Amino acid sequence: MKETKTLTCVACPKGCEVTVEFEGNEILNIDGHACPQGQTYAEEEIVAPTRILPTTVRVKGGALPLCPVKTSKQIPLEIIHDAMEIIGQKEVEAPIEIGQVIVENILDTGADVVATRDLPRKIEV
Amino acid sequence: MLKVKKDVVVIGGGPAGLAAAAEVYDNGVEDVIILERDFELGGILPQCIHNGFGLHYFKEELTGPEYSQRFENDVEERDIEVKLDTMVLDVTPDRKVYAMNQEEGFLEIEAGAVILAMGCRERTAGALGIPGTRPAGVLTAGTAQRFTNIEGYVPGEEVVILGSGDIGLIMARRMRLEGADVKAVCEILPYTGGLTRNVVQCLEDYDIPLLLNHTVTKIIGNDRLEAVEITEVDENMKPKPETSKIIKADTLLLSVGLIPENELSKKADVVLDDTTGGPFVNEGRETNIEGIFACGNVLHVHDLVDWVTQESQIAGNWAAKYVKGEYKRTGSKIKMKAGENVSYVIPHTIELDGSDRNRMPLYMRVSTPLMAVDINLYADGEKLYSFSEPFAKPGEMITVPLAQKTLDDLDDVKEIRVDIIEKEGQ
Repeated sequence: MKETKTLTCVACPKGCEVTVEFEGNEILNIDGHACPQGQTYAEEEIVAPTRILPTTVRVKGGALPLCPVKTSKQIPLEIIHDAMEIIGQKEVEAPIEIGQVIVENILDTGADVVATRDLPRKIEV
Repeated sequence: MLKVKKDVVVIGGGPAGLAAAAEVYDNGVEDVIILERDFELGGILPQCIHNGFGLHYFKEELTGPEYSQRFENDVEERDIEVKLDTMVLDVTPDRKVYAMNQEEGFLEIEAGAVILAMGCRERTAGALGIPGTRPAGVLTAGTAQRFTNIEGYVPGEEVVILGSGDIGLIMARRMRLEGADVKAVCEILPYTGGLTRNVVQCLEDYDIPLLLNHTVTKIIGNDRLEAVEITEVDENMKPKPETSKIIKADTLLLSVGLIPENELSKKADVVLDDTTGGPFVNEGRETNIEGIFACGNVLHVHDLVDWVTQESQIAGNWAAKYVKGEYKRTGSKIKMKAGENVSYVIPHTIELDGSDRNRMPLYMRVSTPLMAVDINLYADGEKLYSFSEPFAKPGEMITVPLAQKTLDDLDDVKEIRVDIIEKEGQ
C-alpha cells in the first residue's frame, strides 16, 4: 500500500518539512528538502531511523563527577536504551581528553562512544 | 584594593565572552581580560551535552561542550588573561569595573571598553504564580540539566514539563534516557517555543506527548511534589476548568522563558529595551553608554549559539576599533523598526561609518508563526530589499544578511522598517 508521510528533517536547525511517498521499505518519492542531507534523512527515517546519542559517563577522581560523551556517529534509534545501559555501567578514570574513546564499537554499530570535553583530575587541597 | 587598567574588559566567559575576547585580540588589542564567576569557562555550554551546535559556524554538528572547547582553546592559544571564580559587582558609566575573588580580594579595573556578555537566566516558578503548595521537585529545566549532566543527580522519576522551550524539550529526552517517566510537555500557546527539530528528536522519538494549549493550574504536594493539575486553555489563554486532570508527578520542570541578565548593565546606566530585555544597541553592539558593548544572550535571547558567536565577533571587532580610536559615526542615525508581524530587530540603530564593513546581519523574530513568508525591508517607506523563507516561527530567530551596497546610499534615511508577511494565497 502506498503511504505518504511528512517529516521534519533534523539534520540541521532549518527544519525542512520533507514529504516522503513510500510502499513498505521502498521509497517512491521525496520532496521538500533543501539539501542532500534531507534526502538521506528521509530515506533512513522511513527504513530505520538513526540518531547521535549524547549522554554522560561517571568519572573517578575528576574535577566533576561526570563527563559528557556522544556516539561518534548515528546509531539506530531502537537500540538507544540498550546503549544507555552499557554507558551507565562504565566508570572512567580522570584525566579525560576530548575525543577519548570511552566505549569502543558500541553494540556492534561501528560507532565509538567518545568524550566531548577535557576533564582534568580533581585538585586535592 | 588592587587597581589595574585594561584596554578591554569582557564580563562573562560563556560563548559570547569567549568569541568577543578572541576577536578583540585578533583586531590588534591584546590587553583584554575575561572575568568569569564560575570555576571554568564555557558558560551554559558545558551542561548542554546534546548535539546540534555549530552547524552554521563550523558546518559540522557538535555538542555544547565541544563547541565551547574550541573557543576556550582560541582564548588559551592567544594567552588572553582570564580571571575565574571572579564576581563582577559593579560597572560605572565611565567604564570602571569592580569585581572580587578569593585570591585578590576587591579589584578595580579601568577599562578602555567594556563588553557585557553575562548571558541570561531562566524564568522561575516564582514568576508564574501557579496556585497550590510549594513543595520540593519544582525546578527550572536548566537547573535539572545542571543536576543531571554536571553534578550527577537525576532530579526525579515522574516528570511533567511546563513550557516547550528548547531546554524543556531537551530535558524531556534527557530525563527519559536516564530512566524517568516523562508524562507530558504542556505549552500554553498553540505552538511550541522550541526548534521543530527538538520536538521531533526529543518528544516524538520517545512518544512523549506535547499538549499544546495546556498549562499547569495547580501544584499538589507537601514536602515533595505529588501531582500537578493540568488544564486546557481557550484562545484567550484562560483555563477551561471542565478539562482539568490530575497527573501524578514528583518533578515539574519549567521551561518558560529566559531573561537577559542585565543587573550590571543597569548600574552602568545602560538603557534596556522592554521587548528583548537587553540593551538598545547600534550595529557595532554599542549600548547608549559610550564604549560599553553588549552581545549574546544578555542583549537578546538567541536560540542558536552560532549566532551568539557571530554577534560577539561583531561586538569584539567594534570594541577593538573603539579602543584604537578608529570608531567613527556617520553623523546620521537610522532607526530599525519592527513592522508587521515582527517582534524585534537587532540592532536598534545603524550609525557607524562602515567603510570596512562587509556584511551586517540583522537579527529578528516574528511575533506569530507564519508560512511561506516575504521578509521586506523599507527605507523610509521605499522598498529596499526582500527575500523569502519557507516559514517563520517565534522560537526561531531569523538572520537577514545585509550587503554593504544595500547600506551605502542610505545617508538621508531616517528609518528602516521590516515587515514579515505571508505570501498571497497562504
